[in-house]
Amino acid sequence: MNELTHWSGYLPVLPEVVLALGAMLMLMAGVMFGERSGRLVNSWCVLVLIAAGAAMHWVPAGHLSLFNGSFIVDDFSRFLQILTLIGSAGALLLSLDWLSIEKQQRFEYGALFILSTLGMMMLIAAGDLIALYLGLELMSLALYVVAASDRENIKSTEAGLKYFVLGALSSGMLLYGASLIYGFTGTVSFVGIAKATHAGASIGLVFGLVFLFVGFCFKISAVPFHMWTPDVYEGAPTPVTAFFASAPKVAAMAIFVRATITAFPGITHEWQQIVVFVSILSMALGSFAAIGQKNIKRLMAYSSIGHMGFALVGLAAASPEGVQGVLVYMAIYVAMTLGTFAVIVAMRRQGVAVEQISDLAGLARTHPTMAFFFAMLMFSLAGIPPLAGFFAKFYVFLAAINAGLYVLAVIGVLASVVGAYYYLMIVKTMYFDDPKASFDAMPGLLRLVLLVSGVVNLLFFAWPAPIIGAASAAAKSLF
Amino acid sequence: MTWPILSVVTFLPLLGALLIALMAHGNSPMARGTSRWIALWATIVTFAVSLLLIKNFDPASAEFQFVEKMNWLGVASYHMGVDGISLLFVILTTALMPLCILASWTSVQRRVKEYMIAFLVLETLMIGTFSALDIVLFYLFFEGGLIPMFLIIGVWGGPRRVYASFKFFLYTLLGSVLMLLAIMAMYWQAHTTDIAVLLHHSFPAGMQKWLWFAFFASFAVKMPMWPVHTWLPDAHVEAPTAGSVILAAILLKMGGYGFLRFSLPMFPEASHLFAPLVFTLSVVAIVYTSLVALMQEDLKKLIAYSSVAHMGFVTMGIFAATTQGVQGGIFQMISHGIVSGALFLCVGVVYDRTHTREIAAYGGLVNRMPLYAFIFMLFTMANVGLPGTSGFVGEFLSLIGTFKANVQVAFFATIGVILSACYALWLYRKMVFGTLRPTLAAIRDIGWREAVIFAPLVVLTILFGVAPKPVLDMSAASVAQLLANYNQAIKTAEQAQPVRRIEAGELGMTIEKVAQAGRAGIAAR
Repeated sequence: MNELTHWSGYLPVLPEVVLALGAMLMLMAGVMFGERSGRLVNSWCVLVLIAAGAAMHWVPAGHLSLFNGSFIVDDFSRFLQILTLIGSAGALLLSLDWLSIEKQQRFEYGALFILSTLGMMMLIAAGDLIALYLGLELMSLALYVVAASDRENIKSTEAGLKYFVLGALSSGMLLYGASLIYGFTGTVSFVGIAKATHAGASIGLVFGLVFLFVGFCFKISAVPFHMWTPDVYEGAPTPVTAFFASAPKVAAMAIFVRATITAFPGITHEWQQIVVFVSILSMALGSFAAIGQKNIKRLMAYSSIGHMGFALVGLAAASPEGVQGVLVYMAIYVAMTLGTFAVIVAMRRQGVAVEQISDLAGLARTHPTMAFFFAMLMFSLAGIPPLAGFFAKFYVFLAAINAGLYVLAVIGVLASVVGAYYYLMIVKTMYFDDPKASFDAMPGLLRLVLLVSGVVNLLFFAWPAPIIGAASAAAKSLF
Repeated sequence: MTWPILSVVTFLPLLGALLIALMAHGNSPMARGTSRWIALWATIVTFAVSLLLIKNFDPASAEFQFVEKMNWLGVASYHMGVDGISLLFVILTTALMPLCILASWTSVQRRVKEYMIAFLVLETLMIGTFSALDIVLFYLFFEGGLIPMFLIIGVWGGPRRVYASFKFFLYTLLGSVLMLLAIMAMYWQAHTTDIAVLLHHSFPAGMQKWLWFAFFASFAVKMPMWPVHTWLPDAHVEAPTAGSVILAAILLKMGGYGFLRFSLPMFPEASHLFAPLVFTLSVVAIVYTSLVALMQEDLKKLIAYSSVAHMGFVTMGIFAATTQGVQGGIFQMISHGIVSGALFLCVGVVYDRTHTREIAAYGGLVNRMPLYAFIFMLFTMANVGLPGTSGFVGEFLSLIGTFKANVQVAFFATIGVILSACYALWLYRKMVFGTLRPTLAAIRDIGWREAVIFAPLVVLTILFGVAPKPVLDMSAASVAQLLANYNQAIKTAEQAQPVRRIEAGELGMTIEKVAQAGRAGIAAR
């Protein structure tokens, strides 16, 4: 790559460079100013994420391939990288007040968020299996640590350990799959694999594909590799759970889509049935298992499993419309998740965090605005029009119908009706039940996140063109 | 018309809701007053603007009028417009809303602000449902209505409100999601979601059946038809008075409107094929739910079951696919909107005073409430279908229309008319006549506010009973075109039948050949 001799050749990776330098800078700043500077450094970390977002502006347009094709910058990666940055920045904003109240302001926290985000950015742009693995591990290692960041809390450390052990297992499987694929195709680059599998696949390659999918399914927490999700969601500090539920999901889903669409277009039939299977199981489990939950963080874990199932419906269609559906789904999912967690983080009575669903009782009378936005988010997660969540489901099912996946679509919509039940239970708790003692006032940053997310959710229908147009362009860049 | 009058009518209530949200703070008496007055004015202004629609509407044309079109989703567009059928429902909605607000004036004291906002949002969604000319937009409004209604039943409802609201929401959602998939399938077949275009698109016969069933699932639940009607009595019993009125008068009509707008014109062959199924379900609904109504001890439940029976006439008339049947179905829906709304208001009047809906708790009301007794009698008679009231016209037309299509169905449905007289008169005798219950000795007759609510309903019931022509004329052209297209499609399909016969003949020849070959084989052996 001759262009890389000049500095402007590196412009496409400017956001990643900003993140990498920013993370190191923040760590140094933290060390210099000491433990007491935690809140300040963590706030700067938000600015680093925003700066990386701003740096996206200087990334040249078009389809670019760097470092011998390991790093790909196209509309697809731009869309999802921005989404990831929004998810990370939002989750970090949710963390700031929480960390202060819980007296856990540590400067490493923000730096780990940035490093993890850097991993996600690389993952999204990965053009071969090695870059994929590097990005995935950078993302995951930072996540294992933040899951256990509340180190005096046994649940948090348990969550971190559990996530680490299972994550390592899945990484191993993914690596094994990658090596099989390399062995049977002789290349690690997606383009090369696509050429090698052009005419069909040998049984060994399909084996490798399955192992690769195991790794992906673990990261997006799709059934049957979802077991870690409820425990980790419940045990991790709440803003960390918000982080888990948003940005890493986007990145993992992105690489799932990119790898399957660009590396295995020749064997669509083989991987399509796996995706359909995983999608149906995730939707069904996400809907039914959430019904019995009492803890809102566990409920959100099952909810996210279900949502990943719905997003996979779009991938199963294996068409530009389907990928567009996945992208729209992830964008709306991130917006809804951040808003939902803004409320969950704010659930606190006399300084003590509460996380039972019954603690929300009568919220409509004690905090009407908060309850209103939260209720609308619940209806949106259930996919009721005219809220944003409806459009997310609309586009994936539209693609599935076009691809002739009628059974998948029917099971999907039926699962969404079952899922609606538990979202309604939350609305019922807030609106129909008698109030309990009022929550503490909601910190300003949480209000901001809830407001932005709530407004996007409510008014998406009025001006859907920007997101849908961008998602459409992004999806086309893969085909 | 240079300004987008239909969008204004649709979104004015939403504007009112925003105003309430901004201007009324807390739950002080002043905030309550502000909410009520803003809601009342918003609905009245909406009604006034909707009258402009009638004034500028050309009933001679079957085309969509006041059309607005904007780019929206890429797949779907923001496309609004009304024809003679939908305009009637728009007006019904805007006319009933101020009455609902007035009916809740004193009976709702808890969380008034939220209550009024929920009603205004619901009004926007209902008007939008009737005036959407894009099928995705229609779905958006149609389903969106679940949210405010869920809250209305659940927050301001009776003791079993949680059960009722969940049942209402999940039943309706389950029916509708299948329709959503059908909408998507239609999009990929016709490459548009524009209703005006889809009306002239002919779907393949095999596909029509599936699409028809998916739409039927949604509208049959909404209507509601037997046997998926069970959510309705629960929802009615638990909902606050105005909620019941809206539910009976307008939300149920969305099902009938859906049949008229989608099932009949877009899937004519499937509609023709499945008409016997609809007839059967309708007749069962008419007879069975009338019998069930006879056994009720709860006032609202009785009227709810009578609603199911009356909706049976509507589905029967629509699927008879004759001019009288369809016109009768439409008229019956409008009339039922007025009459059942009024009946629920009548229940509300006594419920506000005694806080019980048990029929046995009432008796001899005529002694203390003569005016109420008169009004209640009028609407009871209209519910029975007494000539001279609007109820008669609708039932009569739909029965005639069905008679033309299927005599047995019309015969059994007529039994339902007799049964409806049984339960309605029985109810009236129990409540109004007889000796006055001691507990009711101090009950007041209706006051001026209630009189204001009932006056327009009384006038309309009698007016439409004596002179139904304005309503029928309004929808005549659209219905004529609908049926012309329908019959044309059926005829085309029947002409296609001989082709199949030839195929059968070919099959016969092949069998003959096989037999010959077999014989040859045997001979050779």
